[in-house]
Amino acid sequence: MDNQFLLSLIVGICVGGAAGFLGSLMLGRRMALVAGPLGHLTLPGIALALMYDFDVSLGAFPFVIFGIVLIWLFEMRTKLPMEALTAVVFASGVAIAFLLLPIQQAEAVLVGDITKVSFVEAAVSVILILLLFFVVKKIYSKIVLINISEELAMSEKVDIRKYNLIYLGSIAIIVALGVKMVGGLLTAALVAIPATAARNLSRNLAQYAFGAMVIGIISSFLGILFFRLTGFPAGPLIILASTFIFLISLIFRR
Amino acid sequence: MEKEFVLKVINLNVRLDHQSIIENLSFEVKRGDVLTILGPNGAGKSVLLKTLLGLVPYKGEIEWAKAIKIGYVPQRLPFIKDIPLSIKDFFNLKGSPERETEAILNSVGFQEDFLRKKIGDLSSGQFQRILIAWGLVGNPQVLLFDEPTTGVDISAEETIYNLLVKLKGERDLTILLVTHDLSVVYKFSTNVICLNRQPICYGPPQEILTPESLQRLYGGEVKYYQHKH
Repeated sequence: MDNQFLLSLIVGICVGGAAGFLGSLMLGRRMALVAGPLGHLTLPGIALALMYDFDVSLGAFPFVIFGIVLIWLFEMRTKLPMEALTAVVFASGVAIAFLLLPIQQAEAVLVGDITKVSFVEAAVSVILILLLFFVVKKIYSKIVLINISEELAMSEKVDIRKYNLIYLGSIAIIVALGVKMVGGLLTAALVAIPATAARNLSRNLAQYAFGAMVIGIISSFLGILFFRLTGFPAGPLIILASTFIFLISLIFRR
Repeated sequence: MEKEFVLKVINLNVRLDHQSIIENLSFEVKRGDVLTILGPNGAGKSVLLKTLLGLVPYKGEIEWAKAIKIGYVPQRLPFIKDIPLSIKDFFNLKGSPERETEAILNSVGFQEDFLRKKIGDLSSGQFQRILIAWGLVGNPQVLLFDEPTTGVDISAEETIYNLLVKLKGERDLTILLVTHDLSVVYKFSTNVICLNRQPICYGPPQEILTPESLQRLYGGEVKYYQHKH
């Protein structure tokens, strides 16, 4: 097994696991699809990163932050439902990307490319993921309470703004890291599918959160493995692996 | 001997989205009282509870007794079934130790093995009792209830009110209860506030719930809907 493949595998497993774990929170708040538009918004950032040869996640990150601020502002100003707002952001992201995007680089932007990850990039990603994991673990129960009812959380003296900010920041990081792996088009699937599969299989919160993480890890592992065997891009294979697990979860639904 | 006060509200006014929701409301709750807040839909009852909890901006004075612990039982939690949550998980969210959770579950009539049950599998009556139990975590002296029997069938409804009476006796609770159910008001309340944005009447139910005051309270509702459509 060569080093490059090993690096891809390590980064893939870390990002997949963390995306699943965080996704279990996003599903509860019906925010799973928000990662989609945010992913699409990163497309111009990825295009720039590829054109000027710097890290894809670094290019994506400012665009995700911009997207989150935009959605947050829209929500405050218009009181439209979140999904309507994300649709606006989503389409604009794609539109801008196709103005910027050199067409020969479209594939890496749209479906990701984890095969060129350098050692430094891998190390930074893994450290970020570990940090993210501990932060999400720390805020998990508070976000669950906020997801259930903001009023209930407020009556328990939970500082909703603070937790929402940390939560959105975590989403931004996972999207920025996720686009490198599965591209701008498939980030929603990276967070949503492991969580939906885990929901079908679990009877309590620990099973659900842990299950989503494990399914994220297994999907990434299988996706990257099949990439190695078939030569198809890893991103779509990761997503299809998780879809397959989701279909199996329907049989064992509890 | 005069009972100690738990809550004093003086000239409370609440506006939300440039609309007046509650106007010039004053009342007092003493220890051990059951205060019912009665009124038609859209009268500001739930908003009043939220205001008392400090969740909504207001003008006027709200004074709780010092170091008082308040438990809140919301009307509905529509999103709770989106998450696979066991009853134990739900209580953990409030930091309730397992022993306490078990004791509280017992006091609302459930066995310990209920802890592992999934919230999504409960009947509406069972879920309502779980919500009440959740409100009791941390031993509050005051419980705020928003329509505890919404969506519950009649037999379960009676169970819930009997449960409230039992808990009140056991735990020396003061209760503030939003309802539109008149029988509850007569059976359980020390005092009642009739609210339709403005206070229509306030006092012991046997004295103030006259056909005239009820006509004023609910008559407003008819006009309100006619106006709307």
